[in-house]
Amino acid sequence: MLHKDNHKKQRNQAVKKILGSTARYLMMVLIVLLLFGIILLISGKDPIQSYKDIFTATLGSAYGFSEVIVAMTPILITALAVALPSRVGLINVGGEGQLYMGACLATWGALTFDTLPAWALLPLMILLGMIGGGLWAFIPGYLKSLGLVNETITTLLLNSVAPSIVSFFVYGFWHSPMETNKTPNFVPAARLPTLFNSRIDLSLFFAIFLLAIFWYVMRSTRWGLEMRAIGGNPQAAKRNGLPLNKYWVVVMCVGGAIAGIAGASQVSGYYGVLVAGFSRGLGYMGFLISWMSFGDPIGIFVTSFIVSIIVTGGNLLQLTSGIPYAVINILLALTLFVVLARLKIFEGKKT
Amino acid sequence: MTDSSDLHPDTFISMRGITKKFPGVIANNKINFEIYGSEIHALLGENGAGKSTLMKILYGFYQADAGQIILNGKPISIKSPHDARNFQIGMVFQEFTLIPAFNVLENIALFLPDLQPVYKQKEVGERITEVSERYGLHVDPFALVSQLSIGEQQKVEILKLLLSDAKLLILDEPTRVLAPHEVDALFEILESLRKDGYAVIFITHKLKEVLECADRITVLRGGQVAGTLPRSEASEEKLVELMFSRKLPKLQEKQKTDRKETISPLLELRDIETRGEGFEASLKGINLKIFPGEIVGVAGVSGNGQKELGDFILGMGKSIAGEKWLFGKDITNRPIGEIRRSGVGFIPENPLSMASVPFMTVLENMALTNTWRYARRGGLRMDWKAVRKDYQTTQEEFGFSFSLYTLPKSLSGGNLQRMVIVREMTHDPRLLIASYLTRGLDVLSTIAARQALLQAREDGAGILLISEDLEELFALSDRLIVLFNGEIVGTFDPSDTSVYEVGHLMTGAEVPYAA
Repeated sequence: MLHKDNHKKQRNQAVKKILGSTARYLMMVLIVLLLFGIILLISGKDPIQSYKDIFTATLGSAYGFSEVIVAMTPILITALAVALPSRVGLINVGGEGQLYMGACLATWGALTFDTLPAWALLPLMILLGMIGGGLWAFIPGYLKSLGLVNETITTLLLNSVAPSIVSFFVYGFWHSPMETNKTPNFVPAARLPTLFNSRIDLSLFFAIFLLAIFWYVMRSTRWGLEMRAIGGNPQAAKRNGLPLNKYWVVVMCVGGAIAGIAGASQVSGYYGVLVAGFSRGLGYMGFLISWMSFGDPIGIFVTSFIVSIIVTGGNLLQLTSGIPYAVINILLALTLFVVLARLKIFEGKKT
Repeated sequence: MTDSSDLHPDTFISMRGITKKFPGVIANNKINFEIYGSEIHALLGENGAGKSTLMKILYGFYQADAGQIILNGKPISIKSPHDARNFQIGMVFQEFTLIPAFNVLENIALFLPDLQPVYKQKEVGERITEVSERYGLHVDPFALVSQLSIGEQQKVEILKLLLSDAKLLILDEPTRVLAPHEVDALFEILESLRKDGYAVIFITHKLKEVLECADRITVLRGGQVAGTLPRSEASEEKLVELMFSRKLPKLQEKQKTDRKETISPLLELRDIETRGEGFEASLKGINLKIFPGEIVGVAGVSGNGQKELGDFILGMGKSIAGEKWLFGKDITNRPIGEIRRSGVGFIPENPLSMASVPFMTVLENMALTNTWRYARRGGLRMDWKAVRKDYQTTQEEFGFSFSLYTLPKSLSGGNLQRMVIVREMTHDPRLLIASYLTRGLDVLSTIAARQALLQAREDGAGILLISEDLEELFALSDRLIVLFNGEIVGTFDPSDTSVYEVGHLMTGAEVPYAA
């Protein structure tokens, strides 16, 4: 009897929570659109028309939709690379660098073992990508566990190191005979298969698979429980006998490995070649998405979808109405701003 | 409407029909409460009886939903602490509001309503000296607050109110943080204030103190006034009856156990030294043994190393010298997980910040200390049914009832403490470190918790009981150690030691200077 009541109560609360968070989400989107509309107005564009253009170009056609998915895949993965460490209270700003290192090692695999068949080469490249990203994240994670440096700073700083390392290899050893800023095109065996006759590739499944694992681990496993405890109250978790340092190092490495997958699948799928400076902030975008959705799996999915619409639509706006792409950065910054403001407002309300 | 003629002629402030609701509770229900112009009025009641709420309404911290406050026959409205001060009402909170980096004079000057933009330190200093001498509130105006003892800080808080012309002083559990002789001194101060025409309300749940110093006593129960009596009509039995509306179960007498010399200790600390960081105390040369079937009480004013001692035994932080032996094994500087798994329970001093994760349900919190015990299929699943069964059983055994499905942040302080007690005692720890075991608990739960502790002792567990409540320590401990400044400054048998002796040591009175 009591149990039943409890469950009912829980369910009602859950429904209320979902409705509430959806309403809040829509509210935030509305505020962002409004603020951005003002900017569009100032620059002499009709905001309503622009929004319409974005919408029809992205969701109005099969091609547009597929492009949204293509844009969504890597940032969904890098968002997970941030969300996972955030559950143990780590702020991983280093998705960008970890992604570069993943791409770098995967590229090495593609160029060195180019005679291997696809079934061996692709898993090897992904594995190398994970190693690259994981090792890159090991540095901040280990330093954090020693109590030496805050991981926020180290991950951020390493972000400017990793692209330089990539450039060093690309310009130095790997560049193709024709162009100095890229490697030769990968052999077909090193390319991720594409799906549905579009630019969508296998990495979409990686993303969804990782998301599902993330959700399951957090919800049902012992490790998820322990991680949530460490993130929720490290002092209490420590006194309860949970090994904080171990978790910090391991989770940071796993986060980096996930970002590394994103890097590997970018070079193997989207580009088919390693271009110096190819990422253009995929890692930071993941950071943004993770924080906007508070590390919640469904939130990550929805948010990365919406952000992809903005980004893809922005590319289009640039082509058709001559609005510079930088405007999209303004839009994303506005979004983050609204999300953070919302956080503050809620904290204020609680007391 | 209130007819002022039904009030006692001495009435200074009268609260009539005060009602205050919070979500889910009526904290105050039509309370009538009068304070005479010069008296010491004790406000007595259990945790959650509504004492603090009532006083916070009087101090303008909360607004009452219904009822009125009458000052000298005229209804007034107190919308903020600022208003309250204008009506000459002052309050000393449990958590002091002094600024540690300022000296006494600066702290008091900050609070003065008539302070000039450029104030004369000397003048303020003279005012402080004058008032402090009259009422025996001796403090050096130029001492830094951070270097004052808790008792002295309390004096500064009272001085602050006196200098800002308060006529009514509200003290929220003023004796909670004081050693016994400091309590006596406080009562003398209050007595001299009363003689000078001040009114004092003091909130407490300790019967003894009430009978010792109050002129009148108002007992609250469940948000209502259970009765108001002058001291001459009050007795311990009568007050208990008013507080609980029934007689209390007696705590089962502690059996004396004879310790065999051959038995080896559960825990042994040998010459432990630690280096405290920030505000932490450092432990110095700690030698301590805890044997099976024994409760070792740790007395001390908070901040003298109790938290650090408990934490150190658990494995937080490392020692810079010395050895720690647990269950016959050297576990110096081993991780907490290992120590916990070998059978150590830990009830920290602050259940919210040190024991629970706010955004996880109580049930999940329960599983945290024992994740390995409830993990199935190598960790892929948690056996929540088993968790529920285990902890519900203990809960029923102790007579507690709190939901396992809410979040800890929505539990009351008492229930949070119950949660931690249940969690830490369910798996029959061989060694239990219990800090402030009964903090926030009502009397019934306090008895249940103490009973559980005695039962664990009977069953052969060793217990380190850290507390500021000397009565509790004397009632439960087989052995009593006193911590001062991170050192053990005395070891006693509670059956042939007086509370005063221990109290003196707690404040460092008889500690010689280190050579």
